[in-house]
Order: sequence, then structure tokens, then C-alpha cells
Amino acid sequence: MDAPLLEVENLEVEFSTRQGVARVLDGIALSLEPGQTLGIVGESGCGKSMTALSIMRLVPVPPGRIGAGSVRLNGEDLLQVTEKRMREVRGKDISMIFQEPMTSLNPVYSIGDQIAETVRLHEGLGRRASLDRAVEMLKAVHIPAAERRVREFPHQMSGGMRQRVMIAMALACQPSVLIADEPTTALDVTVQAQVFDLLKELQEKTGTAIILISHDMGVIAEMADRVMVMYAGRIVEEASTDEILESPKHPYTQGLIACVPHLEEEPPLERATLTEIPGVVPALTELGSGCSYAPRCAYAADRCRRKAPEPLEVGEEHRVACWLYDEAGAA
Amino acid sequence: MTGRDALAGGGDHLLEVRDLKVHFRLPRRNMLTPGGTVHAVDGITYSVRSGSTFGIVGESGSGKTTAALAAMRLVPVTGGSIRLDGVEMTTLAGDALRRMRRKIQIVFQDPYSSLNPRMRAGAIVREPMDLMDMGEPAEREARVAELFRRVGLRPEQAALFPHQFSGGQRQRIGVARALATQPQLIVCDEPVSALDVAIQAQILNLLRELQDDFGLTYLFISHDLGVVQHICDDIAVMYLGEIVEQSDRVSLFTLPLHPYTWALISAVPSARRRKGARDSRVRLQGDPPNPIDPPPGCRFAPRCPFAVDRCHRDKPVLREVRKGHLVSCHLVGDDCVPPHAAVAGGA
Repeated sequence: MDAPLLEVENLEVEFSTRQGVARVLDGIALSLEPGQTLGIVGESGCGKSMTALSIMRLVPVPPGRIGAGSVRLNGEDLLQVTEKRMREVRGKDISMIFQEPMTSLNPVYSIGDQIAETVRLHEGLGRRASLDRAVEMLKAVHIPAAERRVREFPHQMSGGMRQRVMIAMALACQPSVLIADEPTTALDVTVQAQVFDLLKELQEKTGTAIILISHDMGVIAEMADRVMVMYAGRIVEEASTDEILESPKHPYTQGLIACVPHLEEEPPLERATLTEIPGVVPALTELGSGCSYAPRCAYAADRCRRKAPEPLEVGEEHRVACWLYDEAGAA
Repeated sequence: MTGRDALAGGGDHLLEVRDLKVHFRLPRRNMLTPGGTVHAVDGITYSVRSGSTFGIVGESGSGKTTAALAAMRLVPVTGGSIRLDGVEMTTLAGDALRRMRRKIQIVFQDPYSSLNPRMRAGAIVREPMDLMDMGEPAEREARVAELFRRVGLRPEQAALFPHQFSGGQRQRIGVARALATQPQLIVCDEPVSALDVAIQAQILNLLRELQDDFGLTYLFISHDLGVVQHICDDIAVMYLGEIVEQSDRVSLFTLPLHPYTWALISAVPSARRRKGARDSRVRLQGDPPNPIDPPPGCRFAPRCPFAVDRCHRDKPVLREVRKGHLVSCHLVGDDCVPPHAAVAGGA
């Protein structure tokens, strides 16, 4: 089998804080094939965005420190290359779109200039040619009157339009990996649906692999091929999207799916009480040696509090880090 | 009987809103062009049954929050009537208005910005009672302790400051504060939107429990259809300052009649549907438009995939087409077949 497009192994990231050392990522591993969409879910503070920033090598050092691991893109370990090489990679091979399009666009440059800048830097195109590319990209993300819009500024556009501009910018150099960090959280649902349709359409055309970070299981269900569930800096479960939704194994994954009021096409007359996950995500400086979910887990036993479980294969391409499952994969 | 009468009927309705309008004038841009008018809420009529939860759902700019704030008289009302427990709120002023506000309290969206960072949690919860001069100081302290227990906090936590609490705990403080004056109606303005998914369930369950225990009535504002479907008894869908559809929760989700409601429901990504389900759905084009000087005719027509000439010309009225189910759309006939029936494959 060929090496995957992107392969992360045993990634560890620590931050020094006044409260002590926080291990924000612990033993993260993932692999991504061209054209695939990998979803990362979890509550805030569980390390979703930190995983993305580590792949882009954008973790602030200090206070952060990448302790161990490798991030291989087409075989090249991005954690070992020079900063100069990394600047070539960012925006060209891997690009990223963020939650709030207004704060990620520069308010004093026209959107055309901002898209063109990426192309000029990475492909060495001239001013004219790069602006032409900007217009072409705006058309690709279905912005009407692209020739006129290319001269406009971010404040002249709606939230949905701005996120389209971000996507145009991110895809201008045809990266092989696109990281989308909660790309639609700030948008209305009808606009969110448009943005997801657009991402799907562009992915089919270009074969870009997408890492989609979201707290919304519904978003993951519709967009992702595979899902990684993170909790307190670790991957607690990983499987295909269908598998995660149909038979979630980790108590945290089960809780995440059960605690959300899912929209039903025919709501039952009697309204059920939602399943709660008690408590909150622990402070990362206070993680003990046991499973970090144990304090909130209904099934926690002595063993869970003593030693953290290692990921275990419980089905085809389905791994879970939980003491409830033995070698046989039985609960 | 017209829809309006069906809606604003008396009886056991705690809140009755009739033809409520909230317009904001914009400053003129220069000497020659007059400023526009934002029709934030443009003639909405609804009533909330005592002890029930009434949901208002819509996208940003639909006017749902303004509608809720107007019910509390927290924004200037341009026209219409608001009756709370039989008392006309729009003409109240001064002390009389303040006394009525004891009966109607609010829980805000953001538990970070809605609590004063320099006040202790106990003082935050006690403040409404202080302002309303309720009981002796010692009684207020005892009530604060009781409220803390009731919302799932420990009474000794009253001495802490907001930053010492998590987001979910802060929202519990916000709920305790809303309960302090023993209100009948609580406006919940996106009370769980700023919370983590796992915490949302804790707050939604708490709200339900409190409703059962105290017989509370909720006016629940949200953009999240899943949450609305879970918690509300009756629901109004707002678009550009108007109610386009209104019904009980089962009827609304089982048979959405307005094309906007239908599009809104089908745009929600759901873990209950599978990948591929999205391909079969029709998408709305464009963004929700601006409520400044809206066009004549149906306000949804510019984005509606089914709009005909008449929709751009004549304004539809909200009318009852099934028992308790109101819709404002020219294309929904008396046989109750919505224009999207063919596309949706029979709803």
C-alpha cells in the first residue's frame, strides 16, 4: 500500500503555564488519503484546533513545545524542515480556513489583493496574472459578479460571502490538504449548507483532502468519511462515520451523540429528557495517570482511575481507548 | 375565523402579542437622501399559553431577539399591543412598568458577558430582589441560597466571582437570577448557543425541570431547530421581521408548509440522516436579506425556489390552514399541500 498523503504519528505538544505543564496533545496519530474528509469532534479544550495548528506548525513556541512525533506530508516530516520551507508549504500544500471569516481577512486590502498575494508568493505569478486567478477563484466559489467583487473589501460582504472568499484564498494554489476549523459555526444554517455544498463540489473537482474540525456531530455526519473523537488532548475513538454513529464504543462518544437534541423528521409526542454528560472537561494541567474521562464516566472502575487505556482495535479500522473493551472487542 | 383571532384568543394565555411592530429609523446619509427604516419586527401576532414553551426560530436578522426584547419593553415599541397576564404593557411607564417586570425575566445568550465580573455570584442573583424591594435582607440571602441549590450550585459558591465558574455554571447563575423575582414568564434568548454541546443538555434539562416545578412559561428564542424541537410546545418561524409559519411542534416538523420552514429544516445537518441525504435537498440561494425597507409582496420571494409573479406583488397574510397551523404563503392551498411537496417526495 502506498504511503498516505498526510500521516501524523505520536504527536505530543505541551504548554508551560503558571499552573504547571499542560499536555495539550498526547499520542495523536492520523492518516489522510487524497479526496478523503476526516472529521475531528470534541468539546472545546479537547485539542481539536491544537492538532490543526501543530500540523501547520503554527503552535506558538514558547510557551508551546512540540515534544515528540512526526507530521509527514508526502513523506516529508514537516516538524524537521526549516521555517523557510514551512512557509512554502503553508498555503501551497496545506491551507486552513477558520471559524470567523471577518477576523481572518485583512480589512484594509481588497479581497482580490488578498487572494492574489497567495498566488504571487507561491507560484511567482505577476500582478495581472495573479489578479486573473483571483477572479477565477471567486467564480469557482460562486460569488456573483466576480470581476467587480474582486475589488471590494471584506466589510462590503456578508458572512457567507466572506467565508467563500476564505475558501477561494485557501484553494487558490490547489493545496493537497485543507484544514477547516469550525468553518461554519458563525454562519446561519441555510448559508452553512451552501458552504458545505461548495466544499464538497470543490473537493470532487480537485481531490483535496479535508480535515474538518467541528463540535457538531450533525456536521460531521454529513461531511466526513472518517471521524476522530478527541478528549483532553487524546484520541478516544476513531472509525468510519457510519460506524461511529451506528455503534459508538467509547462512553464519551456515546454521550456526545446522546446529549444533542437531534432534529427528527417526525418528532415524538412525548419529549424525552436529554442524556447529560456530567461535569466539565478537566484542566489539562491536572490530568492524572488514569483515563482523563473517568471523572465524568458512568462506567469508571478502579483500573480507569489508575492507568490510561491504550487504543485498541475493536472492529475494522475502528479503534477505541477504553478499558471497557478487551482484546475480543466485547464490552 | 381568521388566523389572527385563532392566535390572539384569550383564556389561559399568559402573553398575548398583537400586531407588534418595532421599527428603527436610520440616520440620513446626507442632506438629500432620507435615512431608511429597519423593520426589525413588522406586525407579529402570537400568544403564549400559561405553563408552556413558545419558541421563536429564525436566522440572524429575522427579528426574533427584537421580538422578545419588545415583549419585555426593553426596546421602543412602534405599534401594536402586548398583554401580559391581562395587563397592557405598551402603555405602562415608570413604577408601574417596573412592577410588571417582576413577572417577566430574561436569560441571556452569553453567560460570559451577561454577568458583572466585579460582583459576587450571590449579589448577582440577589440584585433583582434588591431592585424590586422584595422581602427583608435576611430573607433575600436565604432565597439566594435556595436558588443556588435549585439550579444545581452549592450555596457557598455565592461568595465566588463569575470568572471562577465554568460556562455551564455561569448560565446556571443566569437562570437563578431570572428566577429571583418569582416571574411567571422567562424569556430565554439563545440560552444554550454559547455552551459546549455536552453542557447544553444540562441547561436544557434544568429549564424543563424548573418549568415543571414552578409552572413557568418560557418564550424561547433560538436559531437551533434541534433545540427548538426538543423544548418548545408551540413554534413561530420568523423571516425578515414577520412570522411566516406557526404551529405546535409535532405539526410543524412533520408537515412544514412554508417553503422557508422546509428549507430551514432541510439545511440542518443531522446525525440522524446519512451522507448522501444532502444531495436530494434543494438549497436556498443567497443570504437572508436586510430588513431595511423590505420589498412589497412576500419577503421570502427573492430566495424562494417556487416564487411566482404574484409572490413578488402581493403580500401574503398569515392564515390558519389546519387546526392550529398557520402559514403565510400564496402557494399553500386550502388543501394544505405545500409548494415543495413534489420536491420533498410527499413531505
